[in-house]
Amino acid sequence: MALNLTVNGKAYSVDVEPETPLLWVIRDSIGLTGTKFGCGIAKCGACTVHIDGAAAKSCNTAASAAVGKAITTIEGLSADSKHPVQVAWTEIDVPQCGYCQSGQIMAAAALLSKNKRPTDADIDAEMSDNVCRCGTYQRIRQAIHRASELA
Amino acid sequence: MTHLDITRRNFIVSTAAAGGGMMLGFYLPSAAQAANIANNPWERPTAKDGQEINAWLVIDPDGTVTVRVAQSEMGEGIFTSLPMIVAEELQADWKAIKAEYADANRHIKNNNVYQRMSTGGSGAVRLSRVYLQQAGASARERLKEAAAKDWGVTRADVAAKDSVLTSGTKRGTYAEFATKAAQITLDKEPAIKIPDQYTFMGTSVARLDTPLKVNGTATFGIDVRLPGMVYAAVMAHPIPGGDAGTRAQRTLKSFDFNAIKARPGVIGAYELKPQGDTTSGVQPGVAVVADTWYRAKTALGLMPIQWEMGPDVAINSNGLFDRMRKALTEPGAAVSRKDGDAEGAIAKAAKKIEGVYESPYVAHACMEPMNCTVAITNDRVDVYGGFQNPPGALSVVADNLGVQPNNVYTHTTFLGGGFGRRSRNDEVRQAAAVAKLAGKPVKMVWTREEDFRQGTHRPMAVTKFQAGIGADGMPTGLWIRSVQHSITAHSRPEAVVNGLDNGAIEGFRTNVYNIPNQYVDMHIRNSHIPVHFYRSVAVSQNIFQIESFIDEMAQAGGKDPMQYRIDLTKDLPDYQLVLKTLKEKSGWTTNLPKGTGMGIGLSVAFGTVVAQAATVSVTRRGALTVEKIVCALDCGHLVNPSIAEAQVQSSIVMGLGDATIHEITVDKGQVVQGNFDTFPIIRMNQMPIIETHFALTGGDKWGGMGEPALPPTAAAVANAIFYATGKRVRSMPFSHTDLSWS
Repeated sequence: MALNLTVNGKAYSVDVEPETPLLWVIRDSIGLTGTKFGCGIAKCGACTVHIDGAAAKSCNTAASAAVGKAITTIEGLSADSKHPVQVAWTEIDVPQCGYCQSGQIMAAAALLSKNKRPTDADIDAEMSDNVCRCGTYQRIRQAIHRASELA
Repeated sequence: MTHLDITRRNFIVSTAAAGGGMMLGFYLPSAAQAANIANNPWERPTAKDGQEINAWLVIDPDGTVTVRVAQSEMGEGIFTSLPMIVAEELQADWKAIKAEYADANRHIKNNNVYQRMSTGGSGAVRLSRVYLQQAGASARERLKEAAAKDWGVTRADVAAKDSVLTSGTKRGTYAEFATKAAQITLDKEPAIKIPDQYTFMGTSVARLDTPLKVNGTATFGIDVRLPGMVYAAVMAHPIPGGDAGTRAQRTLKSFDFNAIKARPGVIGAYELKPQGDTTSGVQPGVAVVADTWYRAKTALGLMPIQWEMGPDVAINSNGLFDRMRKALTEPGAAVSRKDGDAEGAIAKAAKKIEGVYESPYVAHACMEPMNCTVAITNDRVDVYGGFQNPPGALSVVADNLGVQPNNVYTHTTFLGGGFGRRSRNDEVRQAAAVAKLAGKPVKMVWTREEDFRQGTHRPMAVTKFQAGIGADGMPTGLWIRSVQHSITAHSRPEAVVNGLDNGAIEGFRTNVYNIPNQYVDMHIRNSHIPVHFYRSVAVSQNIFQIESFIDEMAQAGGKDPMQYRIDLTKDLPDYQLVLKTLKEKSGWTTNLPKGTGMGIGLSVAFGTVVAQAATVSVTRRGALTVEKIVCALDCGHLVNPSIAEAQVQSSIVMGLGDATIHEITVDKGQVVQGNFDTFPIIRMNQMPIIETHFALTGGDKWGGMGEPALPPTAAAVANAIFYATGKRVRSMPFSHTDLSWS
C-alpha cells in the first residue's frame, strides 16, 4: 500500500504496510540512515525525529500516523550543520561513538524550540528519554546550554 | 585551549565540572567543509591521486595528507589521536590532515604491515605510538632528502614545518616532493621525538569525526546499503553459548516457512547450522530474508519455530551463584600469589574481618545492535560492519565460506559502541552464512532482544576476602579466594594452566598495597553463558570487590580510607601523586551529615593509575543519588586532553551503570533481559557531575585511556554509601540492596 509522507520538506510515496514504524520507512524505504535503530520499543531515543516540530520516537510511530505531517530527520535539521545545536555539539566535541547523537540532537533541538533557556532540571526532564552508552551526558548538557546562547 | 607543559616533571591538568568544560584549541572543522574522514570511513576522503609515502600516509597534489588508521573508531577518538601522532613527526599542517581506515586485506597480504589492527586493551596510543611516530618521522626525512637532492644541499640543511620544506631561499611543499620522496630509501631510520620535544601532541584539537556525527552522515554498519541488497533478521537458539557437548543436544527442531512465505516482501527462510567454535561460532538458528528489514523481522517473529532445549535449560542465576559460593570452600584452588603467610598473620592478628562480594553477568549493550553486511561474488567477498578486529572478521568469513583470506575484503564502518563486544566476530560468521544461503548481498541486523540474548557478557564472580588488622590499625595479612567464569578458558584454553587464569583475577593478584602477607587463589566455574572482554575486563568487577573490602579494612582499623591508601602505597610515586591530587581536588572528608557520604576507589589498568571520590546522598527510604565523582589519574602523557577527558567521563558512566543497575540474569538457561526496559542504562537525570584531573608523572609511562577510569567507580560509590548509611553493599548491582536508614 502506498503512503505519502513529507520528510525534510520533500514528498515521498512509499510502499509499506501502514503499521510499519516510521523509523524503517525513513531508513530503508527513503534511505535516510541518520536516524538510528536502538531498541524498537521507544526506550532509547536513538530514533528521535520531529513530527510537526515536536520530538517523536519514530520506532513506535506507525508510518500511517505521520501522513500529512511534517517529518524532520537529522538530515533535514539544517542544510549545512549550522543549527545552533549542531554548532554547539561541534564546538564541544560531544559525540563519541556517535550512534545515539542524531537522536540526542533532535531531542535537544525540540527542547530548545519550546524552551529557549532550559535549566539543568529542564534538561534532565526532556533529555532522559535518550540514552547514550558512551555516557556523553555531561557534554550534552553543556552543549545544550551553549546552543541556547547561540540561538 | 588547555595547554600542557610537557616539560614539567609532574603536572596537573584539571578540567572543569559540568557547565565549564574544556575549550578546544586550533581550528574547528565545520561540517560544511570537505570532510576530514569519508562518510564511509573505509574510503579515501579525497580523490585517489595521491602519492603513498609509506603504508601509513598518502600525500595528495593539493597537499592533503591522508593518514591510515589501523584501529577502529568506536568513540575513543582514534580517528583523531592516531593522525595527531603521525602529524607531530611529519611536521604536517594539521589543517591538511585527513584520515581513512587501514585496509585489513592489505594487512594480511603484506605481512601484517599495520602491525596491530585489533582495537582493545586501551592500546591504540599505548601500543602504536612508537611506530606511528616512526612512520611520520621517516616520511618527513624522506621528503627532506628528496628536496636536498634537488637543491644540491644536505638533508641537515633542509627544514620541514607545516608541510613546507625550506633551505636558505629554497622553498617547496610536501606535495611537490611527494613522488620523489616515495623513491627514497633512508640509510637509517630517524630517531623519534621524546615527549619534551612534542609541539602538537598534548593539545586538544577537535575530533575529525565530529562533523559526520552531528548531521547523520557517518556510516555505521547498520547504515550500509549495497546494490541488490536484501535484509535478514535472525534468531539463534534461545539458549546461547555452551560447549561442544551441550551444543550437540541443543538444536533447531523445525520451522514453518509456509506460515510466513506469503507475507509482503518475504524472500526466504534458512536454517543456520552450528559452525565454528563457541567463541566466534554460529549457534543453531533461523534467518528470514526479505526486501526490507522490518518485513524480515516481522515475518521471523510470526514464524513457528521449535527448539530442542538440551540440558542447559536447567540453569539459572541463583544456581550459578550458589555453585560459585560453594566453591569458596572447595579444595584445589589454583594459587596465584603467596607473599609470606597470610593465614598465619590473620590468625594472630588483633582483629580479623571477612567479606564475600558478588558481581553478575553484564551486557555490553552497544547502542548499535550487532549487524554485518556481506556480498559474495565469484572472485571476492566484501564484508561491511563495525569490526573491532577487522583481520579477525576477514578470517572468520574466509573460514566460514571456504575461500582464500586474500579474496576477502573488510570495510570497517564507524562502530555504534564496541566496548569489547565487536571484537568477537560471531555476528560476522553468522552474516556470511546467511549471505551464502540467500545467494544475494545481505544486511543482517539483530533485534535489540537478539543482541541481549546472544550477548557475550562480562563474567560473574564471587570472592571471599579475609584480613588481619594489627593493634596499630594497619593490615597484617590479606587472603583472597575468587571464583570466576573464565574468559580465557573459552578464548585461549591453552593459557589456563592448572586451573589458573591470572587475567580473571587481575586487581586481586596485582594489588599494589604494601600489606606484608598476601595470598590469592581462584576457582574457575564456567557456565554455558558466553563471556567476553567488557570494558576494562576483569577489573570491572574485581576492583569493586577488593576496593570495597579495603575500605572495610580501613574502617576496622579506625583509619581514614583516603589516608589508608596513601600510607599503603607510599613507595609508589604515581599512586602518591594521584591520591594526593584526589584528596585535594575532591575536598576529601568522611565527616558529612548522615544520608550523605564520600567514598574512594583506586585502581590500575592498562598502565594507568586512577582514583575516584564519589559523593552520594541516600534518602531515609533508601533512594540513592550519586552527586559527584572526582577522578584523578596518571596515564603518563596525553595525546589529546579533550578526548582523554571524554573517555574518563564515558568510563565513569559505564562504571556507574555496572555499580547501580546493570545485570544480566539467567533463567531456563536463557538471558532474561531483552531490552533497555529490563537492562537500564544510566540516563541524563542520573548523571553525577564528573571532574577530571590528570596528574601526570610523565617519563616512560604511557598508560591506556579507553578503559582504566571504569573500575574505581563502583567501589567509590559503594564506599560512599557506607559513609552515608552505615550499610555495606557487597553485591552488584546496588539496586538490589535496601539502602534505607534511620
